[in-house]
Amino acid sequence: MSGIKEVILDYIKEEYLEDEDMELDFSSPLITGGIVDSFSMVSLKRFLETKYKIQIPDAKATPDAFDSVDNILVLLKEFNVV
Amino acid sequence: MAYSTKEQGHLKSELDNIKKDGIFKEERIICAPQDSEIEVIFPSGTEEKNVINMCSNNYLGLSSHPEIVEAARKGLDHRGYGMSSVRFICGTQDIHKELEDKLTKFLGTEDTILFPSCMDANAGVFEAFMNEEDVMIADRLVHASIVDGMRLAKAMTDTYKHSNMDHLEKKLILHEDKRLKLIVTDGAFSMDGDLAKLDKIVELAEKYNALVFVDDSHSSGFIGKTGRGTHEHFDVVGKIDIITTTLGKALGGASGGCVSGRKEIVEMCRQKARPYLFSNSIAPVIVAASNKVIDIVSSSTERRDKLEVNTKFWRKGLIDAGFIIKDGETPIVPVMLFNAKLSQDFAKDLYSEGIYAIGFFFPVVAKGQARIRTQLSAAHDMTHLEKALAAFIKVGKKYDILNKTKEEIIGKYGN
Ligand SMILES: Cc1ncc(COP(=O)(O)O)c(C=O)c1O
Repeated sequence: MSGIKEVILDYIKEEYLEDEDMELDFSSPLITGGIVDSFSMVSLKRFLETKYKIQIPDAKATPDAFDSVDNILVLLKEFNVV
Repeated sequence: MAYSTKEQGHLKSELDNIKKDGIFKEERIICAPQDSEIEVIFPSGTEEKNVINMCSNNYLGLSSHPEIVEAARKGLDHRGYGMSSVRFICGTQDIHKELEDKLTKFLGTEDTILFPSCMDANAGVFEAFMNEEDVMIADRLVHASIVDGMRLAKAMTDTYKHSNMDHLEKKLILHEDKRLKLIVTDGAFSMDGDLAKLDKIVELAEKYNALVFVDDSHSSGFIGKTGRGTHEHFDVVGKIDIITTTLGKALGGASGGCVSGRKEIVEMCRQKARPYLFSNSIAPVIVAASNKVIDIVSSSTERRDKLEVNTKFWRKGLIDAGFIIKDGETPIVPVMLFNAKLSQDFAKDLYSEGIYAIGFFFPVVAKGQARIRTQLSAAHDMTHLEKALAAFIKVGKKYDILNKTKEEIIGKYGN
């Protein structure tokens, strides 16, 4: 089974990339890099909530917290997911 | 006074940051009615300059049309200047109802409600009839006013990749259990000038029992063979549940917007849409002129036909000259330059040549997708377009981007 980081990265590739071949890694900037905008970020948030059975309050779902898979991991740590 | 140097300092540094990011907006001062040729002062303090306008939404050239101005004048004489009331207290005149009926007929819907603007229509409509049991599934490139409207609603928000029907279908399946599913899209997308695939969208809506919302602000009056909009173009008139559109672009260009569609949804807006309930009624002058606009566009296709000819000439001219433009058929024609600074420099040089067009770059458009957005109008004559094309070619040569691939341009200027 692949790790949490891989699962999240796969979801992001499938959900957001127009061009499947585009290089994306754990530290790629998602929001500031123009891959995910704040409007479409909701599906990523909902994916994490459903997948890991948590509730991320809006105050914590900041563009910064979602700006890379690495950042998301830091956020998930707060919820004892990792 | 609490506005001390501390508060002022915060805001000043925020404004400095906007400037540093290169996204500080400045107004250009127009000293003439809106038209294909205008007198502009820019930068401030410089001489007034006569330029050809390639960036207005005056698609049908009605913004300063003598018949419209005359209708506005008559409206002023007969129904006064202002209403000093929201619609449901004492702000509804006979001409407001007349305009709603004319829009219903023009758009081929069941009913219509006016709003102070289309921004307001979009801000009010979702909240008015959807709740927590529902989902709104929007194209990722919908207009900012739709994004705001969706944020105000309690229904769940989801998005699909731009015009990607497979992705939309996945989302419809994902949300199959919701009470109402609403697919949300612009009819024509204002930055790329492409059309939503409304035929496919309606097909999916029927398959998965979803409703369809279309913002036709950049289409009403000229897309489709009699200018009714994108639903006419794709032959799905009567199948779009909600159309929002503006009176502030092709349809006279003053202001005002509407929600048009299923009569129960329109009625819910009359009962619950906050910008309708809590903002002033559209001024009689504008309503009277808009009635005339709808009469003109309903009775003749002359202006939209001229716009189509202009659009074809312009698109072909740019392609033949060796520019890269976004494919399409709308009068929104983006000339791709990819690099943000190049788009700004290019626009500045065009202005020196007497052509007024604007460069757009991230975050208004995606990174590496900087462009000059040009917009055609039925007010343009061939001489305007020939002159504009010559200027584009001259500036294109200066930057050596003609007949170059995207990679070559990026190689030279970066993205
Ligand atoms: C797609 C779209 N919807 C809505 C609006 C807002 O229209 P209005 O100027 O009537 O508020 C615009 C205008 O920029 C637009 O492009």
